[in-house]
Amino acid sequence: MKTARVAYGGAIHAATPHERGLRLADGRVLREEDVVWLPPVEVGTLIVLGLNYADHVKELSRELTVTGKDEPLVFFKGPGAVVGHRAQTRRPKDATFMHYECELGVVIGKPARNVKSSEAMAHVAGYTVCNDYAIRDYLENWYRPNLRVKNRDTCTGMGPWLVDAADVPDPHKLALRTRVNGKVTQQGTTANMVNDIPALIEYLSGFMTLLPGDVILTGTPDGVVNVDEGDEVVCEIDGIGSLQNTIVGDDVFGR
Amino acid sequence: MTYPRPPLFYDDPPYRLSGVVYGPLLNQRSALGRLGDAVNQPPYKAPPRGPVLYMKPRNTLAFDGQRTAIPDGVQAMRVGATLGLVLGRAACRVSTETALDHVAGLALVADLTVPHDKFYRPSAPFVARDASCFIGPRIVPLAQIGDPNAVTLSLRIGDTHASACMADMVRPAARLLADVTEFMTLSAGDLLLLGTCPDMPLLGRGQAFVVGAPGMGELHGGAQ
Repeated sequence: MKTARVAYGGAIHAATPHERGLRLADGRVLREEDVVWLPPVEVGTLIVLGLNYADHVKELSRELTVTGKDEPLVFFKGPGAVVGHRAQTRRPKDATFMHYECELGVVIGKPARNVKSSEAMAHVAGYTVCNDYAIRDYLENWYRPNLRVKNRDTCTGMGPWLVDAADVPDPHKLALRTRVNGKVTQQGTTANMVNDIPALIEYLSGFMTLLPGDVILTGTPDGVVNVDEGDEVVCEIDGIGSLQNTIVGDDVFGR
Repeated sequence: MTYPRPPLFYDDPPYRLSGVVYGPLLNQRSALGRLGDAVNQPPYKAPPRGPVLYMKPRNTLAFDGQRTAIPDGVQAMRVGATLGLVLGRAACRVSTETALDHVAGLALVADLTVPHDKFYRPSAPFVARDASCFIGPRIVPLAQIGDPNAVTLSLRIGDTHASACMADMVRPAARLLADVTEFMTLSAGDLLLLGTCPDMPLLGRGQAFVVGAPGMGELHGGAQ
């Protein structure tokens, strides 16, 4: 089952896919562009992996002092950074290198503390598509990647759907890609994660309790390129969804 | 198995916390100074420019009187006594002149971390332990305290007494709010910590701590 959270007619609704767009829980059928898409879950903690795809590590290797063999690189984001499907993301005027990152989002369903990898998948509610934008101009070597790069308003897209875990037989065999203005710029497969989902849940739950609504962003493959104002960016994972986003300038935000 | 279910409701405005907590790394000048020329050497290569933040995710929230578990293989946790600015309303791109108008009050905070002296990577396993962010029992209205950076906190662990002075920050409260909200909006009920001092005492298993400040009461916690 796929579910979304949307705003329509003055309220927030649960919705499911329909051949003409989507169907609200109350029976109304609407077109995709008629609703405001919210993140498909009420997000608790966003737990984000850096350098979790072998090819992306290679892509960045010249500027890295670590390898994929180190402990997983984990950082957090707050719920304020998240926007839904079809949202606008702000590119600041002074940015010279802003890039998307298409990532499989793993939504926690059942609390997890000290969970072994063999039991880990029982704690997954489902999956969604995430776009974890970064603005590299602001990168510093302190708690890198620092929040000014990664935790910016509007810079984490999520959605459109939460797909139940039961409907995804193998989350480590999903093709993912990003299109910028229709052109494929990033391609990969979740098979290339350095630390797979059970390993990540074991690692994370070893030092923190994962709670329902927490979302693990599992990293991105290579192929990140700069995006500019006006670009339409679509992050897509087969069987999970296509997450659309538009880059806008400072003027939209009155800056 | 029990899970953290922090009470987020208060008798003082804004009456409830969102559970979102951010803090700045090395905001205390003496903490930055401690690193000396290392800030210019690899892997850092330059002192911090923007406010470098970390997050205390919701699993870390702990409240007055709670006890935290010291992780296996760790002797003791560092108790970072500090103040949390409690946002009373949403703050985005606030100026230093008006920043504190967005703050409803101040809470005592004990930010517990596994001691670490390398800051290149985000260090989530050291920062985000369950029940490692103790938040005081009161939100004291800002008007009762005045300048948050004029506050000196006291910290007691057993017979050890220490003080944590909120003055001499790279970014005092108003400036910190201005620089943080330049790129991320803070919402009502969010907490922005002022930063912790170096040389905070360590909390071992079986010990208790008390953080206090004039006019703000006390925050208690312990470790097992």
